[in-house]
Amino acid sequence: MNVAIVKYNAGNILSVTYALERLGVSAVVTDNVELLQKADRIIFPGVGEASTAMTYLKERNLDTVIKSLEQPVLGICLGMQLLCSYSEENNTTCLSVFDESVVSFLPNGTDKIPQVGWNTISEYGSPLFNGLAPDAYCYFVHGYYAALGPDTIATTHYILPYSAALQKNNFYGVQFHPEKSAAVGEKILQNFLDIK
Amino acid sequence: MLAKRIIACLDIKNGRTVKGVNFENIRDAGDPVELGAFYAAAGIDELVFLDITATNEKRKTLADLAKKIAAVINIPFTVGGGVASIEDVRVLLQNGADKIAVNSAAFKNPELVSALAKEFGSQCIVVAIDTKQEADGEWYVYLNGGTVATKTTCLAWAQEVAKLGAGEILLTSMNHDGTKAGFALDITSAVSKSVAIPVIASGGGGTMAHFEDVFTKGAADAALAASIFHFKEIEVHALKSYLLDKGLPIRL
Repeated sequence: MNVAIVKYNAGNILSVTYALERLGVSAVVTDNVELLQKADRIIFPGVGEASTAMTYLKERNLDTVIKSLEQPVLGICLGMQLLCSYSEENNTTCLSVFDESVVSFLPNGTDKIPQVGWNTISEYGSPLFNGLAPDAYCYFVHGYYAALGPDTIATTHYILPYSAALQKNNFYGVQFHPEKSAAVGEKILQNFLDIK
Repeated sequence: MLAKRIIACLDIKNGRTVKGVNFENIRDAGDPVELGAFYAAAGIDELVFLDITATNEKRKTLADLAKKIAAVINIPFTVGGGVASIEDVRVLLQNGADKIAVNSAAFKNPELVSALAKEFGSQCIVVAIDTKQEADGEWYVYLNGGTVATKTTCLAWAQEVAKLGAGEILLTSMNHDGTKAGFALDITSAVSKSVAIPVIASGGGGTMAHFEDVFTKGAADAALAASIFHFKEIEVHALKSYLLDKGLPIRL
């Protein structure tokens, strides 16, 4: 299987590469349009800030390229948020693959922001979660979240219920880090590779 | 619900774990990668690798180690020990570390914390604070592995690093570290309640009940220990089962 990881100015790409290697898949990290378009699977990872990332993608025309991809695409964390319509993080217009918007957690006096750590995902609505026990724990690090919407395929509760994962057509997105979520994360990545 | 985290800390010197470890199932307990993988498989939530090497080769050794760990371990890990510049952090993050712990360098140059947060995001910047309660009852910040006293209170410094953009605080009580008599509940709770970022409690965990206390009375978001795990005085899975039974949100 030919897997491409979108290369851009966001961190955490090495961890995704290694997680795929542990599944026996050697991925190419690239911003080459041709390599991206002919890959069997695309992973759009990311740890970083939305507006800086969008600027970088636009400068290289990667925004148009990503939106027009036809094979299964998995956005991770910031990657998922960039696939949404809009992010409150520095008032950023995103790729609008998903209809949902990304907004900031608001302090409730008890829960810390950003959310850092392991939280459960529920209400699975996609083959991405095949074989997982209910309420599986995944590793999250984020201060912004995608609201619940028509594309929501899993939910998490932190301060309020929000989208742990989204799907529209061939585009998938997860707010958590499957590459850091132990066996559960490995299963989700494998399920993504196995999508028909 | 967000789980309370259990974190194992491994001390590293010249690329090897230094504190004695007692594992029958591990081929080479001095190999941080193998030991880390053992803990990950046992269900630990995170790992901290603290480098105590004091050589010029340090940065490269540590970066190489981060890369080896990232290749094998499927949970988040933090690297710390002598991290003093943006370049130090960049190299470690590029080599696969999820978070970086800064301690003395942050105190000596607080702008480093905001610069790191701006450059890499708060989520990967852990400020480690070593603190000691003096005879006057007040908790003060100590530097350089606890050898240098300061006149700054722990609470004031914790609030400042949170303001500067730290993503988490790793709080070690020198009075409790190594005693196995329980975590420093008062200062942990005071810090945790005075900042809006997660606090990792360190030092003093000796029984399962101590971990329960630090989450309930200490208001900690995570608890870190080293020797009790290394010497199998407490096994990770047993500890997590115990805490789950006590009604705490725990990933099993």
